Amino acid sequence: MIRTEGLKMEFRVGFLRKRVVALKGLTMEVKKGEVFGFLGPNGAGKTTTLKILMGLAHPTGGAAWLMGRPLSDSSVKRKIGFLPEQPYFYDYLTAAEFMDLSGRLFGMRNKERAARAGELLDMVGLSHAKNLQLRKFSKGMQQRIGIAQALINDPELVVLDEPMSGLDPVGRKQVRDIILGLKDNGKTIFFSTHILPDVEVICDRVGILVRGELRAMGTVGELISGTRVKSVEMTFKDVSGENLSRLENMASGTVTRGSETTATFNDPEAAGKAKRLVFDSGGEIISLIPHKSSLEDLFMEEVGKKK
Amino acid sequence: MKVYAIAINTFKEVIRDKIFYSLVFFALLLLGASVLLSTLTLGERSKIIEDLSLSGIEIFGVIISIFVGIGLVNKELEKKTIYIIISKPIKRWQFLLGKYLGLSLVLLSYVAVMTACYMFFLYMYTNKLPWQTLMAVLLIYVELLVVTASAVLFSTFSTPTLSASYALALYVIGHMTGDLRGLAAKTGQAGARAVLNFIYYFLPNLEDFNIKARTVHAMPIPLDYLLMSISYGLMYVMAILSLSVLIFQRRNFK
Ligand SMILES: Nc1ncnc2c1ncn2[C@@H]1O[C@H](COP(=O)(O)OP(=O)(O)OP(=O)(O)O)[C@@H](O)[C@H]1O
Ligand SMILES: [Mg+2]
Repeated sequence: MIRTEGLKMEFRVGFLRKRVVALKGLTMEVKKGEVFGFLGPNGAGKTTTLKILMGLAHPTGGAAWLMGRPLSDSSVKRKIGFLPEQPYFYDYLTAAEFMDLSGRLFGMRNKERAARAGELLDMVGLSHAKNLQLRKFSKGMQQRIGIAQALINDPELVVLDEPMSGLDPVGRKQVRDIILGLKDNGKTIFFSTHILPDVEVICDRVGILVRGELRAMGTVGELISGTRVKSVEMTFKDVSGENLSRLENMASGTVTRGSETTATFNDPEAAGKAKRLVFDSGGEIISLIPHKSSLEDLFMEEVGKKK
Repeated sequence: MKVYAIAINTFKEVIRDKIFYSLVFFALLLLGASVLLSTLTLGERSKIIEDLSLSGIEIFGVIISIFVGIGLVNKELEKKTIYIIISKPIKRWQFLLGKYLGLSLVLLSYVAVMTACYMFFLYMYTNKLPWQTLMAVLLIYVELLVVTASAVLFSTFSTPTLSASYALALYVIGHMTGDLRGLAAKTGQAGARAVLNFIYYFLPNLEDFNIKARTVHAMPIPLDYLLMSISYGLMYVMAILSLSVLIFQRRNFK
């Protein structure tokens, strides 16, 4: 659905025309029907990439294809929906008028436009505000109408730049559900974000972009499976005396509350031994939680790396 | 269809803007003032009303053309509303043309409303309806189309403030191109002559659209002059808009 090859983008800023490199040869692919999360810290070049893909900026090097067509072929735009970062809309239009304009730009017929607009406003929970001017919308409402307009043409490929930003937890959940719903309908979704927990839940694959370079790409599982279980947290009770102090020595840290103790072990083996010791000494294990390294750890690691 | 959608949207944009209304309000005020002034002066009242009103319609029209015209594209870039538009299946030329036509439509309504008020005042105070001045109004509208197109052109590559200055300069110089040509003929310096001639040929000759004095004094306006001026204006508009599209096509949006 999306393919880029050696995509480069340079800006000249200020009076001295200083060079800012936003993308250093980005090569990646988003496959049909997948939800692809495009991660990266602030200033990594995510928005720049999306702008290039949407024809809003021209790359200074490399090439990209949308649905197998080069970017110069704008005919594929009719099958694409796009939500820009921090979207601004025509604030003098009402929500309904804005949806209508969006539909017109896709050349949709009157009836189809009205029906689709109603459906989408309903889906993003804005039907009550359809005759309200967009200048009176809150940030979250703007984000929602942005998502609604991106879907007006029932797109095959949906490109969203930080769709969760500015939304409360309920709104974020709604957006997650919308994305998963789109996926169920066979659509491809490519979105950028820094909200990592959401990514783990909904993405088939992710790419991590740092300072204009793609540092990692793959399924969430692949990316973090290479990394071992980081630590194990065990809570137990009814162990006392010498056995307790042995356990305390094995653990990297313990917290005792009444008869219950929570110990953290740095490797699974130590945790295994400790488990047996608790059993042998007649104690009871209340919980045993392995902490895997998360996408967040990987993200932090990649961002921290100097290359 | 898509051009039409953008044009209608632009029409709404301007019409729902308070600044537009205050400009129209002041223009109407000027019309009223011209009637008052005419009662204070000697001479033919109707001529004074006609003269002042036509000039007022033109000046405020030019102000709207320039200030709204440069904002057309610039506001979209600044507010990033253009992202949503350009990412949809619409060509950049369609967008630019739609914006232009939208403002042209606003100007048409403006000129129509102003002219209606002006004719009404004139009829109230003099019992005459000088239909001939409608020709002057028509050419004022064509002139506004040219000024708007140039405002759009400047705004495709320059900042709002600079664009406004350029467009204003173009308007002023455009009314002096005849003088410049005379100056070119007189000057001995080859370089200066080349520059003056260049300006004469490339800047619009806006004085061509000025038949206010002639209509007010009831001098005949040949039909072919009218038609020539209109075609000249429209061709100029097309040329400027084409150039704007060429520039706009290459732009990156921040
Ligand atoms: N129009 C521009 N002119 C100059 N530099 C730019 C421009 N747009 C982006 N940049 C630079 O390119 C780099 C990447 O910016 P980009 O907006 O793509 O980051 P991002 O990954 O979207 O960040 P964020 O998470 O903050 O949205 C930044 O260093 C930014 O300063
Ligand atoms: Mg961004």
